[in-house]
Formats: sequence, structure tokens, C-alpha cells
Amino acid sequence: MAQPSTRAITSAAARRPPIRWGKVATIAGFLLPAAIIYMGLVLLPVAQAVYYSFFRWNGLGPMSNFNGLANYARAFSDRVFVGALSHNLILVVMSLAFQLPLSLGLALLIREIRWGRALFRTIFFLPFVLSEVVTGVVWTFIYRPQGGLINALLKLVAPGMPETALLADPKTVLYALFVVITWKFFGYHMILYIAGLQNIPHEIEEAAAIDGCSRLQALRYITIPLLGSTIRLSIYLSVLGSLQFFDLIWVMTTGGPVSASDTMATYLYKYGFQRFQLGYGSAIAVCLFLICFGFSLVYQRFVMRRDYE
Amino acid sequence: MSIEITVLENEAFKAKLATAMQSGSPPDIFQSWGGGVLKQYADAGLIQDLTPALAENGWGDSFNAGPLSLYAVGGKNYGVPWNAGMVGFWYNKDLFAKAGIDAPPATWAELLDDVGKLKAAGITPIAIGEKDKWPGAFWWEYLATRVGGQAAFESAFNRTGKFTDPAFVEAGAKLKELVDLQPFQTGSLGAGYGDQQVVMANGQAAMELMGQWAPGANRSVAENVDAYNASLGWFPFPMVEGGAGSPTDALGGGDGFAVGKNAPPAAIDFVRFLTSVENQTAMAKAGFAVPPVIKGAEAGIDDPLIKELTLTLAKAQYYQLYYDQYMPPAVGAAVNDATQEIFAGTASPEQVAQTIEDSAAFELQP
Repeated sequence: MAQPSTRAITSAAARRPPIRWGKVATIAGFLLPAAIIYMGLVLLPVAQAVYYSFFRWNGLGPMSNFNGLANYARAFSDRVFVGALSHNLILVVMSLAFQLPLSLGLALLIREIRWGRALFRTIFFLPFVLSEVVTGVVWTFIYRPQGGLINALLKLVAPGMPETALLADPKTVLYALFVVITWKFFGYHMILYIAGLQNIPHEIEEAAAIDGCSRLQALRYITIPLLGSTIRLSIYLSVLGSLQFFDLIWVMTTGGPVSASDTMATYLYKYGFQRFQLGYGSAIAVCLFLICFGFSLVYQRFVMRRDYE
Repeated sequence: MSIEITVLENEAFKAKLATAMQSGSPPDIFQSWGGGVLKQYADAGLIQDLTPALAENGWGDSFNAGPLSLYAVGGKNYGVPWNAGMVGFWYNKDLFAKAGIDAPPATWAELLDDVGKLKAAGITPIAIGEKDKWPGAFWWEYLATRVGGQAAFESAFNRTGKFTDPAFVEAGAKLKELVDLQPFQTGSLGAGYGDQQVVMANGQAAMELMGQWAPGANRSVAENVDAYNASLGWFPFPMVEGGAGSPTDALGGGDGFAVGKNAPPAAIDFVRFLTSVENQTAMAKAGFAVPPVIKGAEAGIDDPLIKELTLTLAKAQYYQLYYDQYMPPAVGAAVNDATQEIFAGTASPEQVAQTIEDSAAFELQP
């Protein structure tokens, strides 16, 4: 019984080329600068955050107040943090349900049109080029109840209608922000899909058409499955982006009113920096990191693995 | 000697200063409101003790005592004021007249009445930038000061009492009476203080509860500055019937300077120069240091409203610094967050008091 495995080992050993240390040194030399930067600016801060998260510490002076897991217990018993976490999840779900299908639909449409393809591609991609802060400021004006674009349009359609303030109502603020997020990012996903579509050989779809496939069937059974790796990547980026959302929300609402649009990142900023609770803020950062890291691992292992093989 | 000056808007300033402090490199001279934030810096050894400098050549004695005391931590002075004022009502006299109101309200009940009259006349009674939370916290803090007086706040802060004591719950209930009348401009929960300025400066609302800086801030965004000035009036926060606080008690604060731990001695000399009676008088005249904090500098005030405010403040027996400056940042933020819930109608006065008490119990050492 032991024979085959022994043979496998010897054959593997026989196949393995001798280690050339000079080459190893060269590789290490090239990797070292990047590795030092990565460790110093990524791994070390992560480790520091984990360490800080076990203390009650205001960020000034020495850390002397060890309080174990109390920061974590406090986070998950705080309805504002749980609310922020749920807002992130709502953003994830809405992005997957609306933003990505919209992007895919537009990518498919753009492939179909005969002229102006580059023009539309550029127009749709334009919002993504704007900085998030500029986007936030512009949309704040659009949503303004006093003379903002939306209210001005509503007044044209229905004169005498009371002013609406979508950003000021805890019930609508998250959805109003989601509209902006979609406006900002759909172009990015659309470009990903367009690139993916260009990689699908035309012959396959042609063959399907000759075999009597309707266009819908071709889309359902040929195009979308062949676009699979792009869709999986786009979902991955969208989920991670939605989990870490900060800039746009901070500019437009600072997480308010009454925390109705707080995300984990705005909550982290408010507590860690504005309230001088760096230990607690670090605990939030660790939670955010674990959620993103956990999702990443699982998704890479079970969903995206086939794209690498 | 060259001085490099960085000018930042309120929220950006707080964020930048906090980061600089947490990295252990404070600026040589920086703006401070005193209170709990300054105490945290002092406790961490990030700023210089100015007590010895104040003892030299009568510098300390040249200040009005109240404003200077806002920068004292445990008997030592870690900063000096350069202006100090109070929160009160800045109102539009034309709009009040249009609604048939002949005199500013003297009691809370009259204020609620006037809100009704303004609404009936089709005027937005009050402008507020409640996205920033502190403009709304002023209302709750002033009501607590009127209802409970000095005793209620001091016992809650010393931990012999609580922020769930009746005075604070009643302050929330009174504020809720006002909020229920829907007196604010549309979208006030999503508007920042900058929006509040625009609304007030252009006559789109009748009044605002704001500090001494409001006229200056509003003029900078007014389309017609002369019209704004002509219609501007001021009255102090009305008394609350049956409240323990005196109607002259003032909520306010001011601006001051603190000196970072690494600053050269010349930094202190510069602050001393800025607060000389000549310069304070000149700055008061130019409208910067209003109201001034150096004895004698009030001679420089031309503006009759600021003069009135200064005289009202001088009569105050009890001078309450804004809660979010007086208390540690975490409790201050809890006050601001919790009071916003009254404006949004998402929490009862009892729940708001409880949220603040929870934070105080955690942060304030008895």
C-alpha cells in the first residue's frame, strides 16, 4: 500500500530542480521593499488595532486601562452600531439587486447599438471619475428642499406640492443615498461588463442563433454564463465597497439624521476620533476588518476559485 | 519670527486638531473653547500651563474672571480667552411685526405662542441646522439651565445627581412641545449650520437660537446685508415658568487660545500681545473679539445689539459653558446625538435623558 505514495514522493523529489540561492536572493531583493511597506502600513496597523481594542483609551497618553472584550460587548449591545451594520447590509443587498443588474443591462444595450457606443460609454462612466466629495456636495444641492433640483422639478409637475427633504427624513435618507451611490458606481460595473462581453467570441452566439436560439435564450444560456467570471468579480467588489462605505455618506449626512444613515465606517470615525474613544473605535475597526476579511475568504474559496483554475 | 496660520471651518478644525493631538504633535497656538476637551489635552501633557505667565505683570488680572475660568483645569490655566459671549435669540423684527408680535417673548409659553402666530402668518418661525446637532443641543441645554438652574447641572456633573433628574427630563418635554409645533424650515434635520445661516440671512425664517457670532456669520452669506442688518434684533432666552434657574443665567462660551507643549516662549508672548487691552479694543471695534474679555475693551463695541448682549452677559450670576465643551468629548457628543432625537421625534424626553446619563455614568469619574 505504501508503495505508490513513496514512488510519488521520490518522483516529485526527482523532478524538483536544485534550489538556486542566487535567484532566491534576487527575488527576495525585489520583494523586500514591497513586503516592508505592506507589513509596516497594513499588517502592523491591523495588529495594533487589535491590541488597542482591548483597552479603554482616549488616544492621548499611555494605555493603562485594560478591559478585555468589553469594547466588543458594548458594540454589539449598542443599537446605533447594530443599526450601522444593518445599513451596510441593506446597501449590499440593494447594490446586488438594483445596481449590478442596471449596469449589466446597460452594458448589453451598449453592445447592441450601432453608433455612439463610445459616447454612451463615456457618459455613463463619467460619474465614477468624479471624486466622492464632489459627488456628495453636488447631490446635497440636488436634494436641497429650498430650491434644489428635485424639488424644482416636482414643483413643475405638481405645483403647490410641499417641499420634500429626502436627506432629512430618517425613513428615506438611506434610499436617497443609495440613489447617489448607484449613480456614482453603475458606470464602473458597466465598464467591467463591457470588457467581459468583448471577451465572448461572437461565433458562439452566432452558432446559437443558427441553432434556433431566441435572443433571450442566447442571453440566458450563452452570454450570461460566459460572463460569469466578470459578474463574480463585480459582485465581490460591490459587496466589499458597500461594507466599507464612508466618504459620500459623511459629506452628505454625516450618518444622520438620528444615525439613520450611519455605516460601520462613519460610526467608527465618530466614536474613535470625534469622541476620543480610540480603544472602542479600534474594536469597531477590528469588527469591520473581520467581516470584510471573512467575506473575502469565503467568497474567494467557494465562488471565485473556479475563475483562477 | 514667522507665524503660519491655518484657517479651518468648525467641523474640519475639530477633526484636524484631534488627529494632530492623537499623533502627539500639537500646534504651537490653537483655538480652544476650554472645558472638557482642553482638560483631556492638559491631562495628557500636550499643552503648556500658562499660570506662571498669567501671574507676570498682571496679565491674568486684566481678564474678566468668568471667561478666564473656562480655561482653568484643576486650578491651573491652560489657555486664555479672546472673546466670550452667550447664546440668545437673533430675530427678524420685520417678520415678527408682520405676524403681529409687538414685543419679544419673555416666557417659554409666550415663545410657543409667537411660534403659532408666525406660522399663522405663513412665516417659518425658526431656522436650525440640526444635521450638525449642536444648534439643537443649545435648546435643550438652555431649557435645562432655566428649569434646573446651576444646581441641577452641577450635581449631575459631580455625579451626586443624574442626567435623568427631573430638570433634564422636563427640558426634553418642553423642547418636545416646541418641536411638535413644527416650527423649523423644511429639511432642518438634513441642514447644516451653513444652511441655517443662509435661511436667516435672507429673511426666510423669523429667529434662530445662536451665539454672538451669528450676525457676522450671517452677513457673510446675506444677499442684501443692509436689509439683514436693518431687520436684526436680539433677545435673551425666555424664562421658564416655575423653573429653578434665574432668567439671567447664560449659556455660552467663547474662543480662546491654548499653547502646545513644544511651542517656544515667543508663542506665549504673541498670545499676550493679542490680548492686550489696546488690541482687544481694536479687535472689538473691528468686530472680531466680540464681546471682548479684557477689562476696558468693551469701549470698542459699536454694535448696539452686541452691546446689549454684553451687558446681559455681565448681569449673569451663572455662566454655563456649552455642555459639549464643558464635558468630555464622549459625553458632549452623547448630548448632541441624543437631543437630535427630540427634533426627529424618535425618542422620548426620558429616553434622551437616559442616553446622556448612560454616557455620563461611563465617562465621568465621581
